[in-house]
Amino acid sequence: MLTFKRGVHPPDEKSFSAEKEVVMIQPEVGEELCFPMSQHIGAPCKPTVAKGDYVKMGQKIGETTGFVCSPIFASVSGTVKDIRPVLTPGGAMSQAVVIENDGKMEPVEGLNVPKDYTKMTNEEICDAIKEAGVVGLGGAGFPTHIKLAPPPDKKIDYIIVNAAECEPYLTTDYRIMLEEPERVVRGLQVVLKLHPEAKGVIGIEHNKPKAIESMTKACEGIDNISVATLRTKFPQGSEKHIIYSITKREVPSGGLPADSGCIVDNVDTMVAIERAIFRGRPLMRRIVTVSGRGAVNPGNYKVRLGMTYGMLLDKVGGFTEDTAKIISGGPMMGIAIHSLDTVMTKTSSSILCFTEAESQLPEERNCFRCGKCVSHCPMGLMPNELNKAAIYGDHAGFIEFNGMDCIECGSCSFECPAKRQLAQSIRAEKKIQMALKAKQN
Amino acid sequence: MAKTFTVSSTPHVRSKESINSIMRDVFIALLPATVVGIINSGALMPNAIVITLVSIFACIFFEFMWQKLRHEKITISDMSAAVTGLLLAMNMPASAPVWMPIVGAGFAILICKQLFGGLGQNFINPALAGRAFLLASYPTLMTNWAGTKFYDAVSAATPLAQLKTGVSAMTYTTMDAFLGRVPGALGEVCALALIIGGVYLLVKKIISWRIPVIYIVVVFVLTAALGRTGGRVPVYEICSGGLMLGAFFMATDYVTSPVTPKGQMLFAVGCGVLTAFIRKWGGYPEGVSYSILIMNLLVPLIDKNTRPKIFGEVKKA
Repeated sequence: MLTFKRGVHPPDEKSFSAEKEVVMIQPEVGEELCFPMSQHIGAPCKPTVAKGDYVKMGQKIGETTGFVCSPIFASVSGTVKDIRPVLTPGGAMSQAVVIENDGKMEPVEGLNVPKDYTKMTNEEICDAIKEAGVVGLGGAGFPTHIKLAPPPDKKIDYIIVNAAECEPYLTTDYRIMLEEPERVVRGLQVVLKLHPEAKGVIGIEHNKPKAIESMTKACEGIDNISVATLRTKFPQGSEKHIIYSITKREVPSGGLPADSGCIVDNVDTMVAIERAIFRGRPLMRRIVTVSGRGAVNPGNYKVRLGMTYGMLLDKVGGFTEDTAKIISGGPMMGIAIHSLDTVMTKTSSSILCFTEAESQLPEERNCFRCGKCVSHCPMGLMPNELNKAAIYGDHAGFIEFNGMDCIECGSCSFECPAKRQLAQSIRAEKKIQMALKAKQN
Repeated sequence: MAKTFTVSSTPHVRSKESINSIMRDVFIALLPATVVGIINSGALMPNAIVITLVSIFACIFFEFMWQKLRHEKITISDMSAAVTGLLLAMNMPASAPVWMPIVGAGFAILICKQLFGGLGQNFINPALAGRAFLLASYPTLMTNWAGTKFYDAVSAATPLAQLKTGVSAMTYTTMDAFLGRVPGALGEVCALALIIGGVYLLVKKIISWRIPVIYIVVVFVLTAALGRTGGRVPVYEICSGGLMLGAFFMATDYVTSPVTPKGQMLFAVGCGVLTAFIRKWGGYPEGVSYSILIMNLLVPLIDKNTRPKIFGEVKKA
């Protein structure tokens, strides 16, 4: 079975929602939906509409302002009520177009017009993907069209579909693979058209046998696409680690997947590409796992972008009295949100409701050098030393121990018997390092 | 009013393992050897029980008093002091006077551990340092095996002391050494009981195989190669003295062993070589404690030079 070195085994907790079919959740008439202009890595978009304008479903309401950027589309029709800052999961405020849903779902001109990718040039395909607002839906939100067009000197020989879904609780990718496997394959075929020399590999962890079966069946008879079974281990879905598991290549420190001849995209990103090309629809929806011991109705829900976490929770039964923590994303790398008014974005993969008991912060003790952080760090770092450097403000020591290579997966903190906040301190120091570097330039 | 939620950094889930659970498991793993040691004390059994308990409670008491007087958080419930106390007792003869474990505990906890900053900060193993301190200060009392069940009044020596003279001086069989039918410190005599405890720690993933296995194998190979006057008895060598106790429970002490996997291997090799050399050429019959203590001192150096290869490392031009 394919895997990488080190890593951890958190309890997978997927049984809450794994066998629940995706249910469509619609916003009600009159409800206000917010579309933050920053839902991706890169420059924020610029609103193309003004207060009082009428917008149609699928209409572009935020246009790109830089190279690394991805446009934003209205997921409903209605009137622009306001353009104001709203809270996004990262905790930052982002300028957003606020639309009052009129419930008519009136489509914009050109929506739902399929394209024939076999007759399109590579530039046209990339452009269509860009103009559909497709970004990496695994969580990072990097604009997909940039990833698909690496510098010409990088030869791409693997297109990897990241279907590891190694975070506990999350089951959206799993449901997509069971319910719409052929769309994943079609999306991958579009990408393979761009890189005809490359092989398509769909990497799935071995704790999802039904997904492996479903995807294997969907790729039957297609020569350049195969399914790879990966060992269930966190962080198997990390870009660098899934590349290593499948190709045994290490993305060089500070480099990109293209440096190892790979492009990695999430399962749902493939579906978004498929939707952009085969159905002429931009990215307007998101599949969200609602789970955790505090969730009343755990399940998988397809929502229109623009809803807040609170709106979705209200529509699916909410959370129990003793819920004390709400997490956007998985429990290893997700963000604890402080307000239900936080707006869901393209990358909001889940809402986890943790109970009071699960939300207790353990007391931090002295490091007693057990070495578990070192023997589990998937990047081969020494989190104990990085923690020390971060705490003492030893900026040079942090670099000496390769702190900038940390992928912030949290494996070290997960394992630490002294319950030290290793990942937290390293993340904070990384920010300081970036600020120091920016100052120097 | 809107509900407030807990906000914290990632990860939001933690493993169940804690300092407390690890120390508890180490304590449990030491029990079989302790019980065998106490039973083998024969007529001295009551005294053996007393010094074991005194040692444990003295360690806990010293840690408590230090933290109390310095207005630090009291951490005796993590059981690390209790483990030190039990290990110290296991290094004593059943005939030890009751004040001896108290002196040893004071040295171990106050001087070796707390003076350097408490848990995680000591650079040598407190229990071993306590034993070394007692052995240097009271050599006769620390090596008085008289009165225990398997004491041989004729030779009045432990298996390793006999070996120092030569293979012909051996009065015990390998099976005696394996099952603990030999004189020696309370917890070190029964290799079988120590292996059972060690396997428990391995299964629970509290220790890795690296240090104990490499340490024992190196001692086996070197004693086989070097030999003794009159022959080679490597199996007997690894079952005797403090090797099993040292390899499974002392050298694997987290605080005083390397954190890097490669470093742990190097550390174990160092322990093995020193042990074999001291046994063969040293002034003492046994070299486990000093080997581990010496290697403890080299840990920072080992860690510094055995850093793991980072993922995607780019060779510096």
